[in-house]
Amino acid sequence: MMVIVAAVLTIVCVLTMMYLTLMERKLVGRIQDRIGPNRVGPYGLLQPIADAIKMLTKEDITPRAAHRIIYNLAPVVIIPTAFLTFAFVPFGRGMVAADLNVAFLFILGFSSASTISILMAGWSSHNKYSLLGAMRGVAQMVSYEIPLILSALSVILIASSLSLNDIVLAQGGYWFILGQPLAFIIFLISGTAELNRSPFDLPEAESEILAGYHTEYSGLKFGVFYIAEYVATFAMSATATTLFLGGWQGPLLPSWFWFFAKTLIMIFIFMWMRGTLPRLRVDQLMSLAWKFMVPLALANLLMTAILLPLVHENPYLELIALIGGTLVVAAGAIFVATRYARRPGTSSALVPGEGVVAGQ
Amino acid sequence: MNVQLLTNALAGLQPTHLVFLVIAAVTIIGAIGVVSARSVFASALFLILSFVGVSGIYILLGAGFLAAVQIIIYVGAISVLILFAVMLTRNMGTETRSQFNRQAGISLGLCLLLAVFLSLAAGGIEWPISTDQLPANQVIALGQQLLSAQFVVPFEVASIFLLTALIGALFIARE
Repeated sequence: MMVIVAAVLTIVCVLTMMYLTLMERKLVGRIQDRIGPNRVGPYGLLQPIADAIKMLTKEDITPRAAHRIIYNLAPVVIIPTAFLTFAFVPFGRGMVAADLNVAFLFILGFSSASTISILMAGWSSHNKYSLLGAMRGVAQMVSYEIPLILSALSVILIASSLSLNDIVLAQGGYWFILGQPLAFIIFLISGTAELNRSPFDLPEAESEILAGYHTEYSGLKFGVFYIAEYVATFAMSATATTLFLGGWQGPLLPSWFWFFAKTLIMIFIFMWMRGTLPRLRVDQLMSLAWKFMVPLALANLLMTAILLPLVHENPYLELIALIGGTLVVAAGAIFVATRYARRPGTSSALVPGEGVVAGQ
Repeated sequence: MNVQLLTNALAGLQPTHLVFLVIAAVTIIGAIGVVSARSVFASALFLILSFVGVSGIYILLGAGFLAAVQIIIYVGAISVLILFAVMLTRNMGTETRSQFNRQAGISLGLCLLLAVFLSLAAGGIEWPISTDQLPANQVIALGQQLLSAQFVVPFEVASIFLLTALIGALFIARE
């Protein structure tokens, strides 16, 4: 039985990743007022296969000064960290491979473990741009884990469980995005930064730092990093769907259909942000994480923790109380942000980029 | 050590024991690699392997929460700290030399002797086995214990320690 589940998951995974790459290119193309790939097959549908063949047939170069074993191990290490989240996410009613009651912690652990692979790749390439890209990337990922966890924690408080299945079942009354919109926005932004996607993709920006930590990788090894990024995007979208959009809950149609539809909407939002927003500088994004996201996520958590014991019995009262609390926290955040921003001469705490560089 | 003891042991072998052997082997290989690897970066990576092995042992003991937290904290945060420290140290990339010297043979013999004596000593003790049941939901039980009168003060003091460390790090970094 488990073998069939594993086989289905693998096939679903591989197909989804292939067509996510195509979706990204066509979507970003349309945002940029051009059609995406449309030559290979009808509407470009065979493009991912062409990409795969291209990557497999490229020359596999290893730099002479690279630490050979670590260089070859880095793509190997990133694969489990990206793919293992699929074991914990509930794809439908009763369709979860491992229904642990600490499932969410494992997902978090695997996304933290991907930083090791990036450091390995950057270090072993023996290339200063790779090392710099890797260190920036890891600093960014580690910083944005905190708002990610804190925003998810607010949802876990309401659901009273770390098990993803329980969290989905707890959204039978209302989806958590309605009760925790601020947490959703923080999760979205932190998730984008965790995935090193635009607008937070300075560590791997093509025009800025060559290609960051995977500069020296070619052929199949680069393909593995590329695939792992898309798998992680799908995993992050699936987690966001489970935590905020009600997982597989939905009327009439089968539960897995709702799950994939909602996950696709989340992926669409990630790709939409990539095509639309300009890239942040590394000090801007670190400043955003520590000076804005963390206090905001903490305030949201505080608000939820204070309100929840008072209103937990009644779902309608809970929803209204949480929305009211969110408005208060958002108003406070806007007040603080506008008060401390853009005034020359003040020691600006919140303006990204000012006063962050050492020496003030 | 007679044949009967060995066959008894093999007869009682269960899949869990095999899994334990594999995970224990991974942990020990990681530990040996830390002290004998040629480059410091490789030592750090072996340490990460060791941490993952320990997480596996926690899973075998039924402590799922602890296993997940081990991965998050040790592999995700402390290892990253160690790797950054290695990468930011000058000349770490070119330092590759053997960690063994001429006394390697004698010390190996002495260590094996010590291991045999410790095993005999530890094997001869009657270790008391707890008859407490594992709580049905570990996370809830853990939360209740952490905020109970017994552990709440150390818990809060630990948070203040972490805050102090964070502020201290920021202060040093600003210099």
